[in-house]
Amino acid sequence: MSLSGDDLRKVALLARLRLSDHELDVLAPQLAQILEFVEQLGQLDTSGVEPMAHAVELSNVLAADEPQASLPREAALANAPQHDGECYRVPAVLGE
Amino acid sequence: MSSLTDQTASELLERMRSGDVSAEQIAAACLDRIARHDPAVGAFLRVGGDEALAAAADVDRRRRGGQAVGLLGGLPVAVKDLICVRGQVTTCGSRMLANFVPPYDATVVERLRAADGVLLGKTNLDEFGMGGSTENSAFHPTRNPWDLERIPGGSSGGAAACVAARMAPLSLGTDTGGSIRQPSALCGVVGLKPTYGRVSRFGLVAFASSLDQIGPLARTAEDAALLLEAIAGHDPRDSTSAPAPVPPYSQTVRQPLSGLRLGRVREHYGEGLDEQLAAATEQALDVYRSLGAQIRDVSLPHSRYAIATYYIIAPCEASSNLARYDGAHYGHRTDERQMRADLRQEQRRLEAAGDTAGVDQLDTPLVRLYRQSRAEGFGAEVKRRIMLGTYALSAGYYDAYYLKALKTRRLIRGDYDQAFAEVDLIVGPCTPTAAFPLGAKLNDPLAMYLGDLYTVGTNLAGLAGISIPCGATREGWPIGLHLQAPAFEEDRLLRAAYMFQQVTAWHQRRPDLP
Amino acid sequence: MNASPYEIVVGLEVHVQLKTRSKLFCRCSTQFGAPPNTQTCPVCIGMPGALPVMNQEAIRLAIKTALALNCEIPAFTKWDRKNYYYPDLPKGYQISQYDLPLSQHGFLEIQDPKGRFPARRVRIIRAHLEEDAGKSMHDEAAGQADSRIDLNRAGTPLLEIVSHPDLRSPLEAKAYLTELKLLLGYLQVSDCNMQEGSLRVDANINLHLATPDGPVATPIVEVKNMNSFRAVERALAYEAPRQYQVWLETGQRLGDVPKQTRGWDDQAQLTRAQRHKEESSDYRYFPDPDLVPVRITAQQVDALRRELGELPAQLRQRLEATYGLDPYDSDVLVNQGRELVDYFIAVADASGDGKRASNWVQQEVLRYLNEQSATIDRYPVGPAALAELLAAVAQGLVDTSRGREVLQYMVERGVGAAAAMQHLGIQAVDSSELVRLCQELLAANPRIVADVRSGKQQAIGALVGQARKRSPNANPAEIKRICLELILGTE
Repeated sequence: MSLSGDDLRKVALLARLRLSDHELDVLAPQLAQILEFVEQLGQLDTSGVEPMAHAVELSNVLAADEPQASLPREAALANAPQHDGECYRVPAVLGE
Repeated sequence: MSSLTDQTASELLERMRSGDVSAEQIAAACLDRIARHDPAVGAFLRVGGDEALAAAADVDRRRRGGQAVGLLGGLPVAVKDLICVRGQVTTCGSRMLANFVPPYDATVVERLRAADGVLLGKTNLDEFGMGGSTENSAFHPTRNPWDLERIPGGSSGGAAACVAARMAPLSLGTDTGGSIRQPSALCGVVGLKPTYGRVSRFGLVAFASSLDQIGPLARTAEDAALLLEAIAGHDPRDSTSAPAPVPPYSQTVRQPLSGLRLGRVREHYGEGLDEQLAAATEQALDVYRSLGAQIRDVSLPHSRYAIATYYIIAPCEASSNLARYDGAHYGHRTDERQMRADLRQEQRRLEAAGDTAGVDQLDTPLVRLYRQSRAEGFGAEVKRRIMLGTYALSAGYYDAYYLKALKTRRLIRGDYDQAFAEVDLIVGPCTPTAAFPLGAKLNDPLAMYLGDLYTVGTNLAGLAGISIPCGATREGWPIGLHLQAPAFEEDRLLRAAYMFQQVTAWHQRRPDLP
Repeated sequence: MNASPYEIVVGLEVHVQLKTRSKLFCRCSTQFGAPPNTQTCPVCIGMPGALPVMNQEAIRLAIKTALALNCEIPAFTKWDRKNYYYPDLPKGYQISQYDLPLSQHGFLEIQDPKGRFPARRVRIIRAHLEEDAGKSMHDEAAGQADSRIDLNRAGTPLLEIVSHPDLRSPLEAKAYLTELKLLLGYLQVSDCNMQEGSLRVDANINLHLATPDGPVATPIVEVKNMNSFRAVERALAYEAPRQYQVWLETGQRLGDVPKQTRGWDDQAQLTRAQRHKEESSDYRYFPDPDLVPVRITAQQVDALRRELGELPAQLRQRLEATYGLDPYDSDVLVNQGRELVDYFIAVADASGDGKRASNWVQQEVLRYLNEQSATIDRYPVGPAALAELLAAVAQGLVDTSRGREVLQYMVERGVGAAAAMQHLGIQAVDSSELVRLCQELLAANPRIVADVRSGKQQAIGALVGQARKRSPNANPAEIKRICLELILGTE
């Protein structure tokens, strides 16, 4: 398994990580090694096996439709890096 | 006062009940020990001294006034900093959340308070629980109380170290692939990972949601039983919480199990297992034989795929769970002015060079805000796993990695089901080696991952496991015995552990701290 | 129309907010219009450690809707995460349904009583549940372009209803949306208010052309930002010739270029290309580990099916079969909503004359409701009172135009038909008095009598007018009958 710099850059954008060239240089062989290791699963015959996404066999966990108190706005915004007392503020969604 | 911190939670509880000692005295003794030794160990990220003393005094007042007191009766409990405590900074060992103050308590914290546990402080961890050495904390590493040049294990390294160093009689850790059991083994304490669904995950900051569980760390099985009883049980706020009744572990733990059948996993004695640990495990089996247990060999044929399965599923879930840390609503945000200035400069440079494709590909300010904030907020291991998970889930790879891993997970669970048809518990080593020196595996992530060999299967299958002290290396470093039980059979684990501790003294060894 | 060189092919994706009181995965209120960020909690802000718990009512409403859309309800459905970054999506993923949706393979039938398009069965690919995002508002106030984020809407339950590309004109698209909205209204599962965002539409459109080299499909374009059904109709009407022009210029076929997204500009009445990054479509769906699957039994499905009640298509048929309405009239009534239909049925049953009830409801009641912008529950005249009036009209006690005055009086004063007629001085006119009146009129109008005798019966109309001047409450039909009898019956 080899990962090109371009592959990694695409994944980094998808993951919204900004990685320096140095970080990418370190990561590339590490990720390649890990991927090579996990690819041993390919040897295993899993045809007809149901995927297991949950560790617990529960279904239909449902709550009644009864509104409860929300957080006061000050509490909701208290951790926001930037807000104007009403809304969270971020750089424009559509760019400039 | 040091004699107080030497005692187990159950002993302290008994003394408080008899009026011999107060909760406030115990809290003060713990705080005193933390003040003396934690600068060297680094088990805690924050210590809530005044709040702890006040909470303890409140329990004392109620006890003196003849009022009902909860199960934990004023015992101090340290909480891993991956668990939310209302109004207190909860960092997850990450720079990303260095200033995050949750407006709510995790369910386990609510239950601790309801049981009159005294919150002592927040313990150190590998960032978001990702790691096996607690070196991935953004703040400082934790050191093994048995040898300060060695790692305490992880990710609940602070949780295990503070119990081993007698700074707290009880602590809460979290276990996604061994993060309670492995540091417990390396620090010589008892650590239990409950069945998936046994303890509410509400307020536990998610690493890999289908694997994460909160569990107790203590010095004895009795103490672990006490803390588990206080936190276990159904929670309507966690959809994956099991609506199963909780046995009174603290009462049943002293009842010995008769006719116990233990399964010795053939696959666990292969390559990579340190011979001292193999020998200690075999001796532990002899102890059980002497207690009347039968030992049988069992096979978990797919256990050799457990690490690979785990290191697909956990990073995939993590890449999604950690997407929320983008600097928009809470958590670290990069310096926005600087970020905009940098972007403008990059744009000018690209324009000057006539690189129109480069200009086109340049991040928008919002995308750059996300990327820069995350780059600054996350450490190397977290980034590595986010990259791994993002890649494995991306178009074209899902079937080969994630889906394949989910199917292998089913096979691994099937192995356990078969084995538990023949035996009551599965027993083996908890780790392949004892504690290794700080920095030894920092640049070799795969080697670090392989250390989870014996523990990840429990999480993948959703079962319960416990590590108990069962020996020491020639150098004196602790060795842990790993017991695994079928789903919701924590009671069986605790009783088997108690039986072992009744006839051995490994759990009474204590590290010499400077 | 017949000369069009292309066929328009449209599929619609409709997002409908379900009318639950609390959100899909937390118990924050879904009330519209609250101040920003006052209806949020750790779960819908996506705070670390918070976990989702599914809303039972959302499942119920979603299944009802799916059943009304003739969908199959699989026994097992689950939740998936759709991963993408957007500041109104605080977790960095949307909880949605990917490969095992709550329902699939349905259809909705549309028809046009005016016959502008053939009746059509529009197939539904799937209808699945997902959580809504928050709202971003653009703001330049701070000297730089910012977005302000309000998370009140984040986590509101949405049903996404995806149709096959079975629609063949902008008019059909509008008809589909109108019928869908009507259906949702009958089911009482959504407010369907496009202004409040409780119903949102995206359209996929391309063209099928017959060329000398065989049939050709042009690239599919997704059109967004349409804020009304009319906007959908116009956007599609704009988009079709634009795509044809692009085809003429580039010859691009389906598959030659990636799917384009265009936004409808309602002011400029045109669509514009929306730029977006190539990677944005890699959503990395995977099962949400925080939520367990939902199993739905056949019994539950049957129980919900019984709750559906009569749906618009069935109701139209019943109005035609039971009350003798033509398709146009039944369509007008049914499109007004269940409450108005109930009113109509009550009037029709009490008066025993469906056709007359339909005419009065459509002409009088609806006119009043439109003028007042009111709904039928605010109409001052109950169905029994209106039926009483219609009976009086049917018996000839009052004529239609006099009847309107009576109804007007009933509306204004809130009184019954009998009282209103009495107040207006309307009584049954004594028939001997009427005969005398007619005899006088015939005597005064020999010319008319002669015309009638020579076969021009319509000449009587002039006499009816004169009779009504002298006796306003006289029934015109009665006058006509008596006059004819007096003239012709004596022969």
